[in-house]
Amino acid sequence: MSSVSQTFMKFFRGSSGPETIPAQGSQKLTRRSSGLGELARSWETAEGLCVLDLGSTSPTNIRHFTERGHRIYSEDLLTASTDPELPTTDEQGNAVLDSRKFLADNLVYPAARFDVVLCWNLPDYLDESLVKPVVGRLWSVLKPGGMLLAFFHTRDAGPDSPCHRFHIVGPDTLEMQKIELRREARRGPTGTVHTAITDGFQLQRVFNNRHIETLFRDFASIKFFLARDNIREVLVVR
Amino acid sequence: MSAPSSAPASGLAQIGKSVFIKGELSGSEDLYLDGQVEGSIALKGNSLTVGPNGQVKASVEAKGVVVQGKLEGNVQASDRVELRKSAVVTGDISTQRISIEEGAYLKGKVDIHRTDIK
Repeated sequence: MSSVSQTFMKFFRGSSGPETIPAQGSQKLTRRSSGLGELARSWETAEGLCVLDLGSTSPTNIRHFTERGHRIYSEDLLTASTDPELPTTDEQGNAVLDSRKFLADNLVYPAARFDVVLCWNLPDYLDESLVKPVVGRLWSVLKPGGMLLAFFHTRDAGPDSPCHRFHIVGPDTLEMQKIELRREARRGPTGTVHTAITDGFQLQRVFNNRHIETLFRDFASIKFFLARDNIREVLVVR
Repeated sequence: MSAPSSAPASGLAQIGKSVFIKGELSGSEDLYLDGQVEGSIALKGNSLTVGPNGQVKASVEAKGVVVQGKLEGNVQASDRVELRKSAVVTGDISTQRISIEEGAYLKGKVDIHRTDIK
């Protein structure tokens, strides 16, 4: 009976939004994603794509792309942004993160390398001083015609909105997993060793449509997908 | 390919956690590495296991590679790569098959080359 009522209610739900499916261990949310669905058409039909996943290392995502014959690069920028050597001050004496050092250690790729970049919720949770430099670097490493998918909270999202990891489990379906406390130590390409204890991440800001358009103004086109779970999906083309 | 989950099996070449090697490491037997190595590791036809205390800063070429510790460098495995949950890997991986446990950290590329048709 409960499965019948759930099916009935689906007729009244939007095309994107979370559904809670209990799994073994911690509870995970599944989410339909229109942006992912449109983006997935490219990797379902093309061969040998180069994909950059900027979320936490996801075995699911790696398997998803390698099974389809694509190459995937994994780079967890949110965790990298917690490098204790990054904090500095700007000319006005404000506390910021050293974006030059950050980009010297991260996103170090030849120009026009990637067909697809998966930003997930990175801009919402990344420190303000890194957002524009990172987007600028992503523009340069994307191939002309390459696509980038990003998720932004809407104004209705509270400041305590949890930061999630995203795993691709279907053509237009994601599994969302809340980022838990973890300790990581790793070395960047320049030899810097950084140890980060991440207690999840805090929502830094809420972008409106104009802010998002400004952020991606150097890209050729932008498409918005609104979802029922206070998430605005954005698909941009370089 | 089987690999020890923590302690190495007997008969396996081992580098203990207090050992530091800088240079080119090559061999024709399986190797369990729990120390520090800088340089290159070539074990064509054999397996490398980086133990939980292992810190490798080297390019790796082997049949199979299991990582439980830290590895910085590119990995070429003709058969399989396994990243256990404690693995911290920075570098590109090229192999036929890969297994990544939840919790493993990878910064780099994964490139799968399938040469066997079953």
